[in-house]
Amino acid sequence: MLSEEERKEIEEEFKLYPHKQAAAIEAMKVVQKHRGWLSDESMQDLARMLEISVEDLDGVATFYNLLYRSPVGRHIILVCNSISCYILGYNEIYQALSNVLGIRFGETSPDGRFTLLPVPCLGTCDHAPAMMIDKDLHRDLTPETIGKILEAYK
Amino acid sequence: METPLTQHIRQDGAPLYLKEYEQTGGYEALRKAVTMQPKEIMDLVKDSGLRGRGGAGFPTGMKWSFVPMGDKAPHPKYLVANGDEMEPGTFKDRLLIEGKPHQLIEGMIISAYAIEADVAYIFIRGEYTEGSAIVQKALSEAYEAGYLGKNILGSPYSLEMHIHTSVGRYMCGEETGLLNALEGKRATPRAKPPFPQSSGLFGKPTIVNNIETLSCIPHIINNGAEWFKKLSLTGEGGTKIYGASGKVKRPGLWELPLGTTVREILIDRAGGMRDGLKLRGFLPGGASTDFLTEEHLDVNMDFTAVGKVGSRMGTGTIIVMDDKTCPVGFVHNLEYFFAQESCGWCTPCREGLPWVEKTLRSIEEGTGQMEDLDILDFHTKYLGPGNTFCALAPGAMEPLQSALKYYRDDFIKHITEKRCPWRS
Repeated sequence: MLSEEERKEIEEEFKLYPHKQAAAIEAMKVVQKHRGWLSDESMQDLARMLEISVEDLDGVATFYNLLYRSPVGRHIILVCNSISCYILGYNEIYQALSNVLGIRFGETSPDGRFTLLPVPCLGTCDHAPAMMIDKDLHRDLTPETIGKILEAYK
Repeated sequence: METPLTQHIRQDGAPLYLKEYEQTGGYEALRKAVTMQPKEIMDLVKDSGLRGRGGAGFPTGMKWSFVPMGDKAPHPKYLVANGDEMEPGTFKDRLLIEGKPHQLIEGMIISAYAIEADVAYIFIRGEYTEGSAIVQKALSEAYEAGYLGKNILGSPYSLEMHIHTSVGRYMCGEETGLLNALEGKRATPRAKPPFPQSSGLFGKPTIVNNIETLSCIPHIINNGAEWFKKLSLTGEGGTKIYGASGKVKRPGLWELPLGTTVREILIDRAGGMRDGLKLRGFLPGGASTDFLTEEHLDVNMDFTAVGKVGSRMGTGTIIVMDDKTCPVGFVHNLEYFFAQESCGWCTPCREGLPWVEKTLRSIEEGTGQMEDLDILDFHTKYLGPGNTFCALAPGAMEPLQSALKYYRDDFIKHITEKRCPWRS
Protein backbone atom coordinates (compact mmCIF):
# COMPACT_ATOMS: atom_id res chain seq x y z
CA MET A 1 0.00 0.00 0.00
CA LEU A 2 1.20 3.47 -0.83
CA SER A 3 1.45 5.67 2.22
CA GLU A 4 -0.66 8.77 2.63
CA GLU A 5 2.45 10.89 2.20
CA GLU A 6 3.41 9.13 -1.03
CA ARG A 7 -0.09 9.54 -2.42
CA LYS A 8 -0.13 13.23 -1.60
CA GLU A 9 3.22 13.82 -3.28
CA ILE A 10 2.14 11.92 -6.39
CA GLU A 11 -1.12 13.84 -6.58
CA GLU A 12 0.91 17.06 -6.56
CA GLU A 13 2.76 15.73 -9.63
CA PHE A 14 -0.54 15.04 -11.42
CA LYS A 15 -1.16 18.80 -11.45
CA LEU A 16 1.86 19.40 -13.69
CA TYR A 17 0.67 17.23 -16.58
CA PRO A 18 -2.56 16.82 -18.57
CA HIS A 19 -2.66 13.01 -18.08
CA LYS A 20 -1.94 10.85 -15.05
CA GLN A 21 0.42 8.59 -17.02
CA ALA A 22 2.72 11.52 -17.69
CA ALA A 23 3.54 11.58 -13.99
CA ALA A 24 4.71 7.93 -14.08
CA ILE A 25 8.41 8.72 -13.75
CA GLU A 26 7.83 11.30 -11.03
CA ALA A 27 5.54 8.87 -9.20
CA MET A 28 8.18 6.14 -9.25
CA LYS A 29 10.72 8.64 -7.97
CA VAL A 30 8.44 9.49 -5.07
CA VAL A 31 8.18 5.84 -4.03
CA GLN A 32 11.91 5.35 -4.51
CA LYS A 33 12.63 8.37 -2.35
CA HIS A 34 10.65 6.85 0.51
CA ARG A 35 11.58 3.17 0.10
CA GLY A 36 14.87 3.16 -1.79
CA TRP A 37 13.60 0.93 -4.59
CA LEU A 38 10.51 -0.17 -6.52
CA SER A 39 9.11 -3.51 -5.34
CA ASP A 40 6.57 -5.53 -7.38
CA GLU A 41 3.94 -4.61 -4.83
CA SER A 42 4.57 -0.87 -5.00
CA MET A 43 4.60 -1.07 -8.81
CA GLN A 44 1.12 -2.60 -8.71
CA ASP A 45 -0.12 0.13 -6.38
CA LEU A 46 1.43 2.80 -8.57
CA ALA A 47 0.00 1.36 -11.79
CA ARG A 48 -3.49 1.47 -10.28
CA MET A 49 -3.02 5.05 -9.23
CA LEU A 50 -1.67 6.04 -12.66
CA GLU A 51 -4.45 4.09 -14.40
CA ILE A 52 -2.06 2.13 -16.62
CA SER A 53 -1.10 -1.54 -16.70
CA VAL A 54 1.68 -2.69 -14.41
CA GLU A 55 3.45 -4.11 -17.49
CA ASP A 56 3.49 -0.67 -19.11
CA LEU A 57 4.84 0.87 -15.95
CA ASP A 58 7.50 -1.83 -15.61
CA GLY A 59 8.52 -1.17 -19.23
CA VAL A 60 9.20 2.42 -18.24
CA ALA A 61 10.95 1.55 -14.97
CA THR A 62 13.37 -0.88 -16.62
CA PHE A 63 14.27 1.61 -19.36
CA TYR A 64 15.88 4.21 -17.11
CA ASN A 65 19.20 4.09 -15.30
CA LEU A 66 18.17 5.69 -12.02
CA LEU A 67 15.05 3.66 -11.22
CA TYR A 68 15.80 0.55 -9.18
CA ARG A 69 13.68 -2.59 -9.43
CA SER A 70 15.84 -4.49 -6.93
CA PRO A 71 16.77 -3.56 -3.36
CA VAL A 72 19.72 -1.17 -3.06
CA GLY A 73 22.02 -0.11 -0.23
CA ARG A 74 21.54 2.94 1.98
CA HIS A 75 23.84 4.93 -0.29
CA ILE A 76 24.19 4.68 -4.06
CA ILE A 77 27.60 5.28 -5.60
CA LEU A 78 27.45 6.29 -9.25
CA VAL A 79 30.89 6.06 -10.86
CA CYS A 80 31.36 7.93 -14.13
CA ASN A 81 32.79 5.55 -16.73
CA SER A 82 32.71 7.96 -19.68
CA ILE A 83 35.54 9.14 -21.84
CA SER A 84 37.02 12.09 -19.93
CA CYS A 85 37.02 10.07 -16.70
CA TYR A 86 38.41 7.07 -18.63
CA ILE A 87 41.36 9.17 -19.79
CA LEU A 88 42.02 10.49 -16.28
CA GLY A 89 41.98 7.11 -14.53
CA TYR A 90 38.41 5.93 -14.04
CA ASN A 91 39.62 2.34 -13.95
CA GLU A 92 41.87 2.94 -10.92
CA ILE A 93 38.98 4.65 -9.13
CA TYR A 94 36.68 1.72 -9.82
CA GLN A 95 39.32 -0.76 -8.65
CA ALA A 96 39.87 1.23 -5.44
CA LEU A 97 36.13 1.35 -4.72
CA SER A 98 35.73 -2.29 -5.56
CA ASN A 99 38.61 -3.24 -3.25
CA VAL A 100 37.44 -1.14 -0.30
CA LEU A 101 33.83 -2.33 -0.55
CA GLY A 102 34.48 -5.86 -1.73
CA ILE A 103 31.83 -5.58 -4.45
CA ARG A 104 31.60 -5.05 -8.20
CA PHE A 105 29.21 -2.98 -10.31
CA GLY A 106 25.59 -3.91 -9.70
CA GLU A 107 26.26 -5.26 -6.21
CA THR A 108 25.50 -4.07 -2.68
CA SER A 109 28.01 -4.32 0.17
CA PRO A 110 27.16 -7.11 2.64
CA ASP A 111 26.46 -4.54 5.39
CA GLY A 112 23.82 -2.93 3.16
CA ARG A 113 25.63 0.39 3.18
CA PHE A 114 26.58 0.92 -0.47
CA THR A 115 25.40 -0.08 -3.93
CA LEU A 116 27.97 0.45 -6.69
CA LEU A 117 26.74 1.44 -10.17
CA PRO A 118 28.33 2.83 -13.34
CA VAL A 119 26.88 6.04 -14.81
CA PRO A 120 27.48 7.65 -18.20
CA CYS A 121 29.00 11.11 -17.98
CA LEU A 122 28.28 13.09 -14.82
CA GLY A 123 28.89 16.30 -16.77
CA THR A 124 31.89 17.43 -14.76
CA CYS A 125 34.53 16.47 -17.34
CA ASP A 126 36.88 19.30 -16.34
CA HIS A 127 37.18 17.68 -12.91
CA ALA A 128 37.54 14.05 -13.96
CA PRO A 129 37.50 11.41 -12.62
CA ALA A 130 34.22 11.85 -10.77
CA MET A 131 31.53 9.97 -8.88
CA MET A 132 28.27 10.76 -7.13
CA ILE A 133 27.17 9.39 -3.79
CA ASP A 134 23.44 10.00 -3.31
CA LYS A 135 23.13 13.70 -4.15
CA ASP A 136 26.78 14.63 -3.62
CA LEU A 137 29.24 15.05 -6.45
CA HIS A 138 32.87 14.08 -5.75
CA ARG A 139 35.41 15.30 -8.29
CA ASP A 140 39.13 15.16 -9.10
CA LEU A 141 39.26 11.73 -7.45
CA THR A 142 42.39 9.75 -6.74
CA PRO A 143 42.41 6.14 -5.50
CA GLU A 144 43.91 7.44 -2.23
CA THR A 145 40.97 9.74 -1.44
CA ILE A 146 38.29 7.07 -1.86
CA GLY A 147 38.44 5.65 1.66
CA LYS A 148 38.10 9.04 3.31
CA ILE A 149 35.13 10.04 1.15
CA LEU A 150 33.28 6.82 1.99
CA GLU A 151 33.75 7.39 5.73
CA ALA A 152 31.25 10.25 5.65
CA TYR A 153 28.42 7.88 4.64
CA LYS A 154 27.31 5.77 7.57
CA MET B 1 35.39 40.83 -25.63
CA GLU B 2 31.76 40.46 -24.62
CA THR B 3 30.58 37.39 -22.72
CA PRO B 4 26.84 37.95 -22.25
CA LEU B 5 25.98 34.39 -21.21
CA THR B 6 28.56 33.92 -18.50
CA GLN B 7 29.07 37.52 -17.44
CA HIS B 8 28.28 37.89 -13.72
CA ILE B 9 28.54 34.13 -13.08
CA ARG B 10 30.58 33.93 -9.91
CA GLN B 11 34.01 32.36 -9.89
CA ASP B 12 32.89 29.88 -7.26
CA GLY B 13 29.82 29.05 -9.33
CA ALA B 14 27.30 30.08 -6.65
CA PRO B 15 24.01 30.95 -8.39
CA LEU B 16 22.81 34.46 -9.13
CA TYR B 17 19.36 34.61 -7.62
CA LEU B 18 16.64 37.10 -8.48
CA LYS B 19 17.86 40.28 -6.81
CA GLU B 20 21.38 40.01 -8.16
CA TYR B 21 20.14 38.98 -11.57
CA GLU B 22 17.85 42.02 -11.69
CA GLN B 23 20.73 44.25 -10.59
CA THR B 24 22.67 43.09 -13.65
CA GLY B 25 19.80 44.03 -15.97
CA GLY B 26 17.91 40.78 -15.61
CA TYR B 27 14.29 40.63 -16.85
CA GLU B 28 14.67 43.94 -18.75
CA ALA B 29 14.48 41.90 -21.95
CA LEU B 30 11.22 40.33 -20.81
CA ARG B 31 9.73 43.75 -20.05
CA LYS B 32 10.62 44.77 -23.59
CA ALA B 33 9.46 41.50 -25.15
CA VAL B 34 5.91 41.63 -23.80
CA THR B 35 5.43 44.97 -25.58
CA MET B 36 6.47 43.41 -28.90
CA GLN B 37 4.49 41.17 -31.24
CA PRO B 38 5.48 37.47 -31.17
CA LYS B 39 6.35 37.71 -34.86
CA GLU B 40 8.74 40.59 -34.20
CA ILE B 41 10.62 38.44 -31.70
CA MET B 42 10.68 35.50 -34.07
CA ASP B 43 12.07 37.70 -36.86
CA LEU B 44 14.68 39.17 -34.53
CA VAL B 45 15.89 35.70 -33.55
CA LYS B 46 15.92 34.67 -37.22
CA ASP B 47 17.95 37.75 -38.18
CA SER B 48 20.43 37.14 -35.35
CA GLY B 49 21.53 33.90 -37.01
CA LEU B 50 21.25 31.99 -33.73
CA ARG B 51 21.72 28.27 -34.31
CA GLY B 52 20.84 25.58 -31.75
CA ARG B 53 23.63 24.97 -29.26
CA GLY B 54 22.62 21.41 -28.36
CA GLY B 55 24.80 19.93 -31.07
CA ALA B 56 22.83 19.86 -34.31
CA GLY B 57 23.01 23.60 -34.99
CA PHE B 58 19.57 24.04 -36.56
CA PRO B 59 18.57 27.73 -37.01
CA THR B 60 16.46 28.60 -33.97
CA GLY B 61 14.23 31.24 -35.56
CA MET B 62 13.41 28.90 -38.41
CA LYS B 63 12.53 26.11 -35.99
CA TRP B 64 10.12 28.44 -34.19
CA SER B 65 8.54 29.59 -37.45
CA PHE B 66 7.07 26.10 -38.06
CA VAL B 67 4.77 26.43 -35.03
CA PRO B 68 1.13 27.17 -35.95
CA MET B 69 0.29 30.69 -34.76
CA GLY B 70 -2.79 32.85 -34.25
CA ASP B 71 -6.38 32.20 -33.26
CA LYS B 72 -6.72 28.91 -35.07
CA ALA B 73 -3.59 27.30 -33.61
CA PRO B 74 -4.13 24.28 -31.33
CA HIS B 75 -3.56 24.83 -27.60
CA PRO B 76 -1.97 24.21 -25.19
CA LYS B 77 1.34 24.80 -26.94
CA TYR B 78 4.56 23.81 -25.21
CA LEU B 79 8.14 24.99 -24.89
CA VAL B 80 10.70 22.56 -23.48
CA ALA B 81 14.26 23.34 -22.38
CA ASN B 82 16.56 20.42 -23.07
CA GLY B 83 18.94 20.12 -20.15
CA ASP B 84 19.62 16.40 -20.46
CA GLU B 85 23.33 16.91 -21.29
CA MET B 86 24.39 13.26 -21.12
CA GLU B 87 26.84 13.14 -24.04
CA PRO B 88 30.24 12.10 -22.67
CA GLY B 89 32.65 15.01 -22.64
CA THR B 90 29.87 17.62 -22.58
CA PHE B 91 29.43 19.78 -19.51
CA LYS B 92 28.62 23.30 -20.70
CA ASP B 93 24.92 23.59 -19.80
CA ARG B 94 25.62 22.75 -16.17
CA LEU B 95 27.42 26.09 -15.88
CA LEU B 96 24.36 28.03 -17.06
CA ILE B 97 21.86 25.94 -15.07
CA GLU B 98 23.77 26.31 -11.81
CA GLY B 99 25.32 29.75 -12.26
CA LYS B 100 22.59 31.82 -13.94
CA PRO B 101 19.21 30.08 -13.62
CA HIS B 102 17.16 33.25 -14.16
CA GLN B 103 18.82 33.87 -17.53
CA LEU B 104 17.47 30.49 -18.64
CA ILE B 105 14.02 31.19 -17.19
CA GLU B 106 13.88 34.66 -18.78
CA GLY B 107 14.99 33.21 -22.11
CA MET B 108 12.28 30.58 -21.82
CA ILE B 109 9.51 33.04 -21.01
CA ILE B 110 10.44 35.20 -24.02
CA SER B 111 10.71 32.16 -26.29
CA ALA B 112 7.39 30.82 -25.04
CA TYR B 113 5.83 34.24 -25.69
CA ALA B 114 7.23 34.22 -29.22
CA ILE B 115 5.54 30.91 -30.05
CA GLU B 116 2.46 31.69 -27.92
CA ALA B 117 3.10 28.70 -25.64
CA ASP B 118 0.96 28.05 -22.58
CA VAL B 119 3.18 25.67 -20.62
CA ALA B 120 6.95 25.26 -20.42
CA TYR B 121 9.00 22.42 -18.96
CA ILE B 122 12.63 22.52 -17.94
CA PHE B 123 13.98 19.02 -18.54
CA ILE B 124 17.06 18.46 -16.38
CA ARG B 125 18.97 15.21 -16.06
CA GLY B 126 18.57 13.40 -12.74
CA GLU B 127 22.24 13.56 -11.88
CA TYR B 128 22.22 17.39 -11.82
CA THR B 129 20.73 17.41 -8.33
CA GLU B 130 22.22 20.74 -7.33
CA GLY B 131 21.23 22.39 -10.61
CA SER B 132 17.62 21.21 -10.24
CA ALA B 133 17.39 22.61 -6.73
CA ILE B 134 18.82 25.94 -7.90
CA VAL B 135 16.41 26.21 -10.83
CA GLN B 136 13.50 25.20 -8.59
CA LYS B 137 14.28 28.06 -6.22
CA ALA B 138 14.71 30.49 -9.13
CA LEU B 139 11.35 29.37 -10.56
CA SER B 140 9.59 30.15 -7.26
CA GLU B 141 11.23 33.57 -7.23
CA ALA B 142 10.12 34.24 -10.80
CA TYR B 143 6.51 33.31 -9.97
CA GLU B 144 6.56 35.51 -6.91
CA ALA B 145 7.90 38.48 -8.87
CA GLY B 146 5.16 38.17 -11.47
CA TYR B 147 7.40 37.00 -14.31
CA LEU B 148 5.47 33.72 -14.51
CA GLY B 149 1.86 32.71 -14.06
CA LYS B 150 -1.19 34.73 -15.00
CA ASN B 151 -0.83 38.05 -16.91
CA ILE B 152 2.92 38.35 -16.88
CA LEU B 153 4.01 41.92 -15.99
CA GLY B 154 0.41 43.04 -16.47
CA SER B 155 0.28 41.85 -20.10
CA PRO B 156 -2.45 39.56 -21.47
CA TYR B 157 0.14 36.75 -21.68
CA SER B 158 0.16 33.85 -19.18
CA LEU B 159 2.64 30.99 -18.82
CA GLU B 160 3.13 28.08 -16.45
CA MET B 161 6.62 26.61 -16.05
CA HIS B 162 7.66 23.36 -14.36
CA ILE B 163 10.81 21.31 -13.83
CA HIS B 164 11.05 17.68 -14.86
CA THR B 165 14.08 15.88 -13.47
CA SER B 166 14.95 12.87 -15.54
CA VAL B 167 16.04 9.40 -14.47
CA GLY B 168 18.96 8.85 -16.77
CA ARG B 169 19.08 7.70 -20.38
CA TYR B 170 21.02 9.28 -23.26
CA MET B 171 17.96 9.06 -25.51
CA CYS B 172 16.24 11.68 -23.34
CA GLY B 173 18.45 14.26 -25.03
CA GLU B 174 17.04 13.40 -28.45
CA GLU B 175 14.20 15.78 -29.24
CA THR B 176 11.38 13.24 -29.61
CA GLY B 177 12.81 10.80 -27.05
CA LEU B 178 12.66 13.69 -24.59
CA LEU B 179 8.97 14.25 -25.38
CA ASN B 180 8.19 10.58 -24.72
CA ALA B 181 10.08 10.81 -21.42
CA LEU B 182 8.01 13.86 -20.46
CA GLU B 183 4.86 11.86 -21.21
CA GLY B 184 5.99 9.23 -18.72
CA LYS B 185 7.05 6.70 -21.34
CA ARG B 186 10.27 5.05 -22.52
CA ALA B 187 12.45 7.64 -24.23
CA THR B 188 12.30 6.05 -27.67
CA PRO B 189 12.42 8.33 -30.70
CA ARG B 190 9.30 9.19 -32.70
CA ALA B 191 8.84 9.04 -36.46
CA LYS B 192 9.03 12.42 -38.21
CA PRO B 193 6.81 13.78 -39.69
CA PRO B 194 4.82 14.93 -37.86
CA PHE B 195 7.49 17.24 -36.47
CA PRO B 196 7.15 18.34 -32.84
CA GLN B 197 6.45 21.91 -33.97
CA SER B 198 3.03 20.75 -35.19
CA SER B 199 2.51 17.59 -33.08
CA GLY B 200 4.86 17.24 -30.14
CA LEU B 201 4.23 16.91 -26.43
CA PHE B 202 0.79 15.37 -25.80
CA GLY B 203 0.16 15.75 -29.54
CA LYS B 204 0.32 19.53 -29.38
CA PRO B 205 2.71 22.06 -31.02
CA THR B 206 6.02 21.97 -29.16
CA ILE B 207 9.44 23.56 -29.39
CA VAL B 208 12.46 21.90 -27.79
CA ASN B 209 15.54 24.11 -27.40
CA ASN B 210 18.87 23.60 -25.70
CA ILE B 211 19.71 25.45 -22.45
CA GLU B 212 22.51 27.53 -24.02
CA THR B 213 20.28 28.43 -26.99
CA LEU B 214 17.51 29.70 -24.69
CA SER B 215 20.02 31.60 -22.56
CA CYS B 216 21.00 33.65 -25.64
CA ILE B 217 17.47 34.97 -26.18
CA PRO B 218 17.31 37.80 -23.57
CA HIS B 219 20.54 39.25 -24.95
CA ILE B 220 19.22 39.25 -28.52
CA ILE B 221 16.11 41.12 -27.34
CA ASN B 222 18.17 43.65 -25.38
CA ASN B 223 20.86 44.32 -27.96
CA GLY B 224 19.44 43.38 -31.33
CA ALA B 225 20.24 40.97 -34.16
CA GLU B 226 23.19 42.90 -35.58
CA TRP B 227 24.93 43.06 -32.21
CA PHE B 228 24.50 39.30 -31.80
CA LYS B 229 25.85 38.59 -35.26
CA LYS B 230 28.90 40.72 -34.62
CA LEU B 231 29.74 38.82 -31.45
CA SER B 232 30.96 35.97 -33.65
CA LEU B 233 34.16 35.98 -35.64
CA THR B 234 32.80 34.20 -38.67
CA GLY B 235 29.28 35.56 -39.06
CA GLU B 236 27.33 32.61 -37.60
CA GLY B 237 26.14 34.75 -34.71
CA GLY B 238 26.84 34.92 -31.01
CA THR B 239 29.32 33.62 -28.55
CA LYS B 240 29.79 29.95 -27.70
CA ILE B 241 30.60 28.19 -24.48
CA TYR B 242 33.58 26.07 -25.43
CA GLY B 243 35.21 23.53 -23.17
CA ALA B 244 38.14 21.18 -22.97
CA SER B 245 38.70 17.99 -21.02
CA GLY B 246 41.36 15.29 -21.02
CA LYS B 247 45.03 15.71 -20.14
CA VAL B 248 45.32 19.41 -20.87
CA LYS B 249 46.86 21.73 -18.28
CA ARG B 250 43.70 23.67 -17.47
CA PRO B 251 40.50 21.81 -18.34
CA GLY B 252 37.47 24.08 -18.21
CA LEU B 253 34.80 26.15 -19.94
CA TRP B 254 35.17 29.51 -21.67
CA GLU B 255 32.65 31.76 -23.40
CA LEU B 256 34.33 33.01 -26.58
CA PRO B 257 33.23 34.47 -29.92
CA LEU B 258 31.68 31.78 -32.11
CA GLY B 259 34.34 30.84 -34.64
CA THR B 260 37.32 31.03 -32.25
CA THR B 261 40.08 28.72 -33.45
CA VAL B 262 40.73 25.35 -31.86
CA ARG B 263 44.27 26.57 -31.15
CA GLU B 264 43.04 29.43 -29.00
CA ILE B 265 40.75 27.10 -27.05
CA LEU B 266 43.22 24.26 -26.55
CA ILE B 267 46.50 26.16 -26.26
CA ASP B 268 45.67 29.65 -24.98
CA ARG B 269 42.74 28.76 -22.74
CA ALA B 270 43.34 25.14 -21.75
CA GLY B 271 47.10 25.68 -21.53
CA GLY B 272 48.06 22.95 -24.01
CA MET B 273 49.02 19.42 -23.07
CA ARG B 274 50.28 18.41 -19.65
CA ASP B 275 54.07 18.13 -19.46
CA GLY B 276 55.50 15.12 -21.24
CA LEU B 277 52.40 14.52 -23.34
CA LYS B 278 51.66 15.24 -26.99
CA LEU B 279 48.34 15.96 -28.67
CA ARG B 280 47.29 12.91 -30.65
CA GLY B 281 43.80 14.03 -31.63
CA PHE B 282 40.57 15.51 -30.34
CA LEU B 283 36.82 15.24 -30.63
CA PRO B 284 35.68 18.83 -31.22
CA GLY B 285 32.21 18.63 -29.71
CA GLY B 286 31.48 15.58 -27.60
CA ALA B 287 31.49 11.81 -28.03
CA SER B 288 29.48 11.80 -31.26
CA THR B 289 31.86 13.87 -33.38
CA ASP B 290 34.71 12.81 -35.70
CA PHE B 291 38.33 12.99 -34.54
CA LEU B 292 40.43 15.88 -35.75
CA THR B 293 44.21 16.17 -35.33
CA GLU B 294 46.98 18.71 -34.87
CA GLU B 295 46.69 19.83 -38.48
CA HIS B 296 43.21 21.17 -37.62
CA LEU B 297 44.30 23.47 -34.80
CA ASP B 298 43.67 26.58 -36.87
CA VAL B 299 40.14 25.63 -37.87
CA ASN B 300 37.50 28.05 -36.64
CA MET B 301 35.14 26.32 -34.24
CA ASP B 302 31.83 27.04 -35.91
CA PHE B 303 29.23 24.88 -37.60
CA THR B 304 30.48 25.46 -41.15
CA ALA B 305 34.26 25.38 -40.73
CA VAL B 306 34.37 22.23 -38.58
CA GLY B 307 31.99 20.57 -41.03
CA LYS B 308 34.32 21.38 -43.88
CA VAL B 309 37.21 19.44 -42.33
CA GLY B 310 35.08 16.36 -41.77
CA SER B 311 33.72 16.70 -38.26
CA ARG B 312 31.04 18.62 -36.37
CA MET B 313 31.25 21.38 -33.80
CA GLY B 314 28.54 19.53 -31.85
CA THR B 315 28.37 20.95 -28.36
CA GLY B 316 31.73 22.73 -28.66
CA THR B 317 33.22 20.86 -25.71
CA ILE B 318 36.50 19.34 -26.89
CA ILE B 319 37.77 15.97 -25.64
CA VAL B 320 41.53 15.75 -26.01
CA MET B 321 43.41 12.50 -26.66
CA ASP B 322 47.07 12.45 -25.69
CA ASP B 323 49.82 10.14 -26.99
CA LYS B 324 49.82 7.98 -23.83
CA THR B 325 46.16 7.08 -24.24
CA CYS B 326 45.34 4.10 -26.47
CA PRO B 327 43.11 5.15 -29.39
CA VAL B 328 41.49 1.71 -29.53
CA GLY B 329 40.71 1.82 -25.80
CA PHE B 330 39.43 5.37 -26.25
CA VAL B 331 37.04 4.42 -29.04
CA HIS B 332 36.03 1.25 -27.23
CA ASN B 333 34.98 3.35 -24.23
CA LEU B 334 32.84 5.55 -26.51
CA GLU B 335 31.19 2.62 -28.30
CA TYR B 336 30.50 0.88 -24.99
CA PHE B 337 28.57 3.99 -24.01
CA PHE B 338 26.60 4.14 -27.26
CA ALA B 339 25.82 0.40 -27.23
CA GLN B 340 24.57 0.66 -23.67
CA GLU B 341 22.48 3.75 -24.34
CA SER B 342 20.89 2.54 -27.58
CA CYS B 343 17.17 2.41 -26.79
CA GLY B 344 16.70 -0.75 -28.84
CA TRP B 345 13.93 0.75 -30.94
CA CYS B 346 15.50 0.02 -34.32
CA THR B 347 17.40 -3.10 -35.30
CA PRO B 348 20.62 -1.72 -36.84
CA CYS B 349 21.40 0.27 -33.69
CA ARG B 350 20.27 -2.40 -31.21
CA GLU B 351 22.22 -5.20 -32.90
CA GLY B 352 25.03 -3.28 -34.57
CA LEU B 353 26.37 -1.25 -31.68
CA PRO B 354 26.98 -4.23 -29.35
CA TRP B 355 28.72 -5.96 -32.28
CA VAL B 356 30.97 -2.92 -32.73
CA GLU B 357 31.65 -2.78 -29.00
CA LYS B 358 32.59 -6.48 -28.78
CA THR B 359 34.80 -6.24 -31.86
CA LEU B 360 36.66 -3.27 -30.41
CA ARG B 361 36.98 -5.02 -27.06
CA SER B 362 38.59 -8.06 -28.66
CA ILE B 363 41.05 -5.89 -30.61
CA GLU B 364 41.91 -3.97 -27.45
CA GLU B 365 42.42 -7.19 -25.51
CA GLY B 366 44.68 -8.69 -28.18
CA THR B 367 42.34 -11.30 -29.62
CA GLY B 368 41.27 -9.31 -32.68
CA GLN B 369 41.79 -10.36 -36.30
CA MET B 370 42.45 -8.38 -39.46
CA GLU B 371 38.90 -9.11 -40.73
CA ASP B 372 37.61 -7.18 -37.71
CA LEU B 373 38.69 -3.97 -39.40
CA ASP B 374 36.40 -4.82 -42.33
CA ILE B 375 33.58 -5.52 -39.87
CA LEU B 376 34.12 -2.12 -38.26
CA ASP B 377 34.26 -0.41 -41.68
CA PHE B 378 31.03 -2.19 -42.60
CA HIS B 379 29.29 -0.82 -39.53
CA THR B 380 30.42 2.75 -40.09
CA LYS B 381 28.54 2.52 -43.38
CA TYR B 382 25.43 0.61 -42.33
CA LEU B 383 24.91 2.37 -39.01
CA GLY B 384 25.54 5.71 -40.70
CA PRO B 385 23.06 8.44 -41.66
CA GLY B 386 19.83 7.24 -43.26
CA ASN B 387 19.97 3.65 -42.02
CA THR B 388 18.66 4.10 -38.50
CA PHE B 389 15.62 5.63 -36.85
CA CYS B 390 17.45 8.47 -35.11
CA ALA B 391 20.92 10.00 -34.94
CA LEU B 392 22.32 7.92 -32.06
CA ALA B 393 24.01 5.24 -34.18
CA PRO B 394 25.25 7.63 -36.90
CA GLY B 395 26.68 9.76 -34.08
CA ALA B 396 28.34 6.69 -32.60
CA MET B 397 29.98 5.98 -35.96
CA GLU B 398 31.64 9.40 -36.21
CA PRO B 399 34.49 8.80 -33.74
CA LEU B 400 34.88 5.22 -35.02
CA GLN B 401 35.15 6.06 -38.72
CA SER B 402 37.64 8.84 -38.06
CA ALA B 403 39.68 6.65 -35.69
CA LEU B 404 39.91 3.99 -38.41
CA LYS B 405 41.18 6.74 -40.70
CA TYR B 406 43.70 8.47 -38.43
CA TYR B 407 44.77 5.62 -36.12
CA ARG B 408 44.47 2.58 -38.37
CA ASP B 409 48.11 1.65 -37.68
CA ASP B 410 47.31 1.43 -33.98
CA PHE B 411 44.43 -0.97 -34.65
CA ILE B 412 46.73 -3.10 -36.85
CA LYS B 413 49.46 -3.08 -34.20
CA HIS B 414 46.99 -4.44 -31.61
CA ILE B 415 46.04 -7.26 -33.98
CA THR B 416 49.54 -8.25 -35.10
CA GLU B 417 51.11 -7.99 -31.64
CA LYS B 418 48.06 -9.64 -30.03
CA ARG B 419 48.10 -7.13 -27.18
CA CYS B 420 47.49 -3.48 -26.41
CA PRO B 421 50.79 -1.66 -26.88
CA TRP B 422 49.76 0.90 -24.23
CA ARG B 423 49.36 -1.70 -21.48
CA SER B 424 52.45 -2.80 -19.64
